[in-house]
Amino acid sequence: MHQPQQLTTKEEMSFKQIKEKAFSNKRLTRKDGIELFKSTDLLELGRMATHVAQKKNGNRVYFVRNMHINPTNICINRCKFCAFSRSKGEPGAYEMSIDDILLKARGAEKGVREFHIVSGLHPDLPFEWYLDMLRALKKEFPKVHLKAFTAVEIDYLAKLSGLGVTDTLKKLRNAGLGSLPGGGAEIFSSAVRNTLCAEKITGDRWLEVIETAHRIGLRSNATMLYGHIETYEHRVDHLLRLRDLQDRTGGFQAFIPLSFHSQNTEIKKSAYTTGFDDLKTLAVSRLLLDNFDHIKAYWVMLGEKIAQVSLNFGVDDLDGTVVEERITKAAGGTTDGSMTKEDIIYLIKQAGRTPVERDTVYNEIKVWR
Amino acid sequence: MRSDKFTGMRSELKKIVDKVISGKRIDAEAGLVLFKDADLLTLGELANSMRKRLHPERLVTFIVDRNINYTNICVNKCRFCAFYREADSPEAYLLSKDEIFRKIEETLEQGGTQILMQGGVHPDLGIAYFEDLFSSIKSRFTIQIHSLSPAEISFIAKLADLSIMDTLKRLKRSGLDSIPGGGAEILVDRVRKKVSPNKIRWRQWAEVMKTAHRLGMPTTATMMFGSLETRKEIVEHLVRLRDIQDETGGFTAFIPWTYQPGNTELGGRSATAVEYLKTLALSRIVLDNFQNIQASWVTQGAKIAQVALEFGANDFGSTMIEENVVAAAGITFRMTRQEIVHLIRDAGYVAAQRDTRYNILKREDVKLESECAARS
Repeated sequence: MHQPQQLTTKEEMSFKQIKEKAFSNKRLTRKDGIELFKSTDLLELGRMATHVAQKKNGNRVYFVRNMHINPTNICINRCKFCAFSRSKGEPGAYEMSIDDILLKARGAEKGVREFHIVSGLHPDLPFEWYLDMLRALKKEFPKVHLKAFTAVEIDYLAKLSGLGVTDTLKKLRNAGLGSLPGGGAEIFSSAVRNTLCAEKITGDRWLEVIETAHRIGLRSNATMLYGHIETYEHRVDHLLRLRDLQDRTGGFQAFIPLSFHSQNTEIKKSAYTTGFDDLKTLAVSRLLLDNFDHIKAYWVMLGEKIAQVSLNFGVDDLDGTVVEERITKAAGGTTDGSMTKEDIIYLIKQAGRTPVERDTVYNEIKVWR
Repeated sequence: MRSDKFTGMRSELKKIVDKVISGKRIDAEAGLVLFKDADLLTLGELANSMRKRLHPERLVTFIVDRNINYTNICVNKCRFCAFYREADSPEAYLLSKDEIFRKIEETLEQGGTQILMQGGVHPDLGIAYFEDLFSSIKSRFTIQIHSLSPAEISFIAKLADLSIMDTLKRLKRSGLDSIPGGGAEILVDRVRKKVSPNKIRWRQWAEVMKTAHRLGMPTTATMMFGSLETRKEIVEHLVRLRDIQDETGGFTAFIPWTYQPGNTELGGRSATAVEYLKTLALSRIVLDNFQNIQASWVTQGAKIAQVALEFGANDFGSTMIEENVVAAAGITFRMTRQEIVHLIRDAGYVAAQRDTRYNILKREDVKLESECAARS
């Protein structure tokens, strides 16, 4: 990771040029992105990112009433950065039956609009099980959007089904799948991936699976796991590859940078990313991803405080009320894993923004003026 | 600063912004307009420009010290406080001298230079107790005694039937070096009557501080906000501190923090991070005669405390080997010296350990070895 340093006069000049580009809505380059990450002028980054966010979404800040369901933590990939996964039979390993999942879903608050379902790659469950799970949920909760399976899981399910990615996705969609979350992207660079999560699909494969989903009309989000062993160059590379894909498909809804939590993982590092790095990463993402409508602060990882402040650093989405999240918690995440609708509305208003409840595909449900 | 950034602002606000940029003092009314109407980034930019004027060297300081809460028995029983106990409570305590000495030894072992002793306001501890305590500490250890908030000093004076001046003279002679700014809460009696009805009123708080300054004892000043006060009362608090500072020049630093509602009688919500940063920035702007503003990682956590460096703070406070009062409200952030240095550097500043009077003791220009290992 770079040690930030004071800018030389030459760097100040180029920062000024980037600023002019940002304010005149011109696309930024790879070099610009790296320069922005190196800068410690947090307030200027906030200004630029706010300019872009306001242009796209005005004063609105979105949230959704959702519930996270993590059906199993048993995973054949054992990524080094992950504190959640277990091998089958290992202490702490769990798997939910479809009945367990339904039972949990019934515990969701009234008015929940989205189930966010991601899991480990379970070694034994057949493809049919996943279709059954979607059907069972859809049958009992026809109005709730099912946002499920990262690209990593889709790749795995395609292997299980033997049908290829396109037909696997079609089958899942027919069973009730509404859209894909953005997880499993981590950092696309293969150098980083080989150290961090050697068993996981490559960055190219992740992009290919998502492109396929977009081609058949399934929308998705995108994420980036930052604050571990990657450099600023890796981050910018990641963002630009997402931007390229978005130019081709337009299928991404929101970009969500995920701050790395090192506790209980195999990566030795300070426990949390810094507040500067969080805000900078959100702001630079807003600036580079000019073709993404939304930048989301995932407060479960960032903490409520940074998530709220980020509404002045390019963010226009606070994700959800997120009842019961287990993955960040396993890595020492400090938030208690749930916020009420009232809590979220209060935070947004206190930040001088307008709260908007949305559904998964950004239809506005209610605006609090 | 590019002033075109502020075009489009309504003219009253714009005028105030320009005034701050040109380095002029703003009055309470203008402060309130700024507080109410300026957005977070504008307040940050103004505070940051002021901080750069006062500290062009890009240094962020911190102190290594320990809070020693010698007792939690308190006659004041403030409604916002989760720390105090009644004298007959099973959880009530008074530390022995030996326990205090042991804590000081540990502090010195960790490179500490200061102890911050504050209690509850214990009904039975008179001036003789503190004179004995301070002089026995000074006879054993080389350490700054930064202790007793104005509420405690007022009470000690009352018990001894002495003036504040005579009380402070005696405490100073026995070893008290400087006074922490706690118990200021909001320096407006309407608020004090509601949140801390038994505690000294704002004039008495001011009198203790002014007297200490006259005796050459530096003090800090604090503000606890986010309870029942209005924005106008926050500005009033700041202006009252500025007036005292004009008169005496004895405040070394200002430390705003947020009310923590956990386990308190008062309850309610705590101020959000955005409100904290706005209030911090406004403080930097209004308190033009204060050299230092501290970030409060104890109430805000490491992330926001670091971000606070762009909103007017130039000091990271203390490593606080021990902290009990905020912890009683259910908030327990912990920071090591190494973490503090890392955060300061990550924000693009040079970290430096300071003493109570803000003399620089050690600049951390070179990476700590352990940090290199952690980041490689």
